[in-house]
Amino acid sequence: MANKNMDLMDSGAKVKLGTSDKIIRGFGYAFITFYAICCIIPFVIIVSTSFTNEVTIRAEGVQLLPKDITLEAYAMVAKGGGIWWSYLLTIVLTVVGTFVGLSIISMTGYALQRKDFPFRNGISFYIYFTSLFSAGLAPYYLLMTQTYHLQDSYFAVLLPLMMSSWLIILMKNFVKAIPHEITESGKIDGAGDMRIFISLILPMLKPALATIGLFLALGYWNEWYQSSLFLSSKVAVKPLQYTLYEVVNKVDALKNSVAGQFVDLSEIPQESVKMANAVLATGPIVMLYPFVQKYFISGITVGAVKG
Amino acid sequence: MKKKKNGEMTFIQKVIKYRTLLLMCLPAIVFFFMFNYMPLPGIWVAFVKYNYRNGIFGSKFVGLQNFEFLATSGKLLSLTKNTILYNLAFILLGNLLAVFVAILLNEMQSRMFKKVSQTIMFLPYFISQVLVGILVFNLLNYDTGFVNGILTKIGVERWQPYSDPGVWPVLLVIIYLWQQTGYNSVVYFASIMGIDGEMMEAAKVDGANGFQRIRYIILPSLKPTIVILLLFALGGIVKGNFGLFYNIVGTNPILYETTDIIETYVYRATMTDFNFATASAVGLYQSIVGFVIVVTVNYIVKKIEPEYSLF
Repeated sequence: MANKNMDLMDSGAKVKLGTSDKIIRGFGYAFITFYAICCIIPFVIIVSTSFTNEVTIRAEGVQLLPKDITLEAYAMVAKGGGIWWSYLLTIVLTVVGTFVGLSIISMTGYALQRKDFPFRNGISFYIYFTSLFSAGLAPYYLLMTQTYHLQDSYFAVLLPLMMSSWLIILMKNFVKAIPHEITESGKIDGAGDMRIFISLILPMLKPALATIGLFLALGYWNEWYQSSLFLSSKVAVKPLQYTLYEVVNKVDALKNSVAGQFVDLSEIPQESVKMANAVLATGPIVMLYPFVQKYFISGITVGAVKG
Repeated sequence: MKKKKNGEMTFIQKVIKYRTLLLMCLPAIVFFFMFNYMPLPGIWVAFVKYNYRNGIFGSKFVGLQNFEFLATSGKLLSLTKNTILYNLAFILLGNLLAVFVAILLNEMQSRMFKKVSQTIMFLPYFISQVLVGILVFNLLNYDTGFVNGILTKIGVERWQPYSDPGVWPVLLVIIYLWQQTGYNSVVYFASIMGIDGEMMEAAKVDGANGFQRIRYIILPSLKPTIVILLLFALGGIVKGNFGLFYNIVGTNPILYETTDIIETYVYRATMTDFNFATASAVGLYQSIVGFVIVVTVNYIVKKIEPEYSLF
């Protein structure tokens, strides 16, 4: 009966679909389609360029679709070989950093959400304060290089990305949704806090772990900033995105420094090699992201309102 | 009952009783101590004439001299102006476009279309800032850029944005919107989905047309979300988007006039000039101004909607 009513209402609404609804809908489809195309075109151009012959690029500029497909640029990248080591490094950093960070964030988020924990407000403020006031780049740089001696160390990339006050707050918001009775029931059964956390709480936190784990993993995969601060030319293998940054800027440097010398620059596929590097460095995340998108969306909506 | 019991315990007793929970927080406490609290004493470098050999605390104290130079040269003012104006444009246009997209997305009938377009609009958020810089360069550069290819084809003179500081405020705002709108619209889209379905149906039955539904139901119910998100964003108005500016503008002095923000200046002062005193002075100025603004914003939010206040 209720269903029938709904149907009636639906159809009633449809009959009344007036001109204004049609205008909105038509405009909506047009605008969203246009916007989505704008979002995707730069990616199409990059992929096309990576498959285009260097001479064609030089003569006609980059194109939306490649005229003649060549794998020259990818062959050059593969021959260079360095990018595979960057891949390995980035994967190791991502896996280790995400795992350790996630463990710490979830433990902290749970403890800070325990209503009977007398230190929770103090510790929450201690963590939260770091997002309100910071020393700035120069003191941080001096501390990392001169006190901790992390110059040219992968730890300078691994450690700072492991957590943030925002992610801990996000975790707290997720834990909040778990009824306190679960913890209580664990206590009655005589389980300790750590035991309660691992066997009762963690299994219920799966969506939270997926969401926060993905934010961490994305941070590691896209990391270039800490590398630019702390990894000098003495380090042979650098994270993927920073390697990409160097490839793009080094080719330019080469062009400036040897112009007019013995190297025939038109022989070196510059643009296409840059783009092949870009495609290789970004490919995995673009392939993966339609499947993990929903976790990000839940993270944004849970995290938008602070608890 | 429980509260009373806690109240009777001494600090030490509490520590002992809640040792497991404390230990669970310990790694995070150590982390924030190492990376966020330990740098704080280093702020002192802003008040000295830094000398590598003597270190931060052995260098000569010069008072506010580092700040004086920045203030009198007008550098601080121009950096602040650039940072704030860019952020204002990002925040206002960003939220406007996000609300617009969320509303339109909600009006779409086809679930498939919604899903696919949302996925595509989200894509730019997932890529690194390095790649954003490359995408932009690929579109706009003088020699091989995509835009110049089209201009040549239609017989228009080639465009040189990388040597024209005037166009970058517009370009950077467009690039920012391109990268962030998919992300920003998610929150608004979620709150539209949360609007009572019956209210919408009732409005339809009463003959409200599409514009009226948006004007009298959707926009008013989005208002609290919009206000809160705008206020929070304003709290960060002196914090620049370093990755965006550095990867797109890089170290191209021709463009500094219109594109140099606090972060890019501090980065160059630290990493290129090793001028830690000046870098730290600018950084400290930014932190203090930022802190005052966040506290003010929080005060306002508390007045409007206490449950959303940050602290």
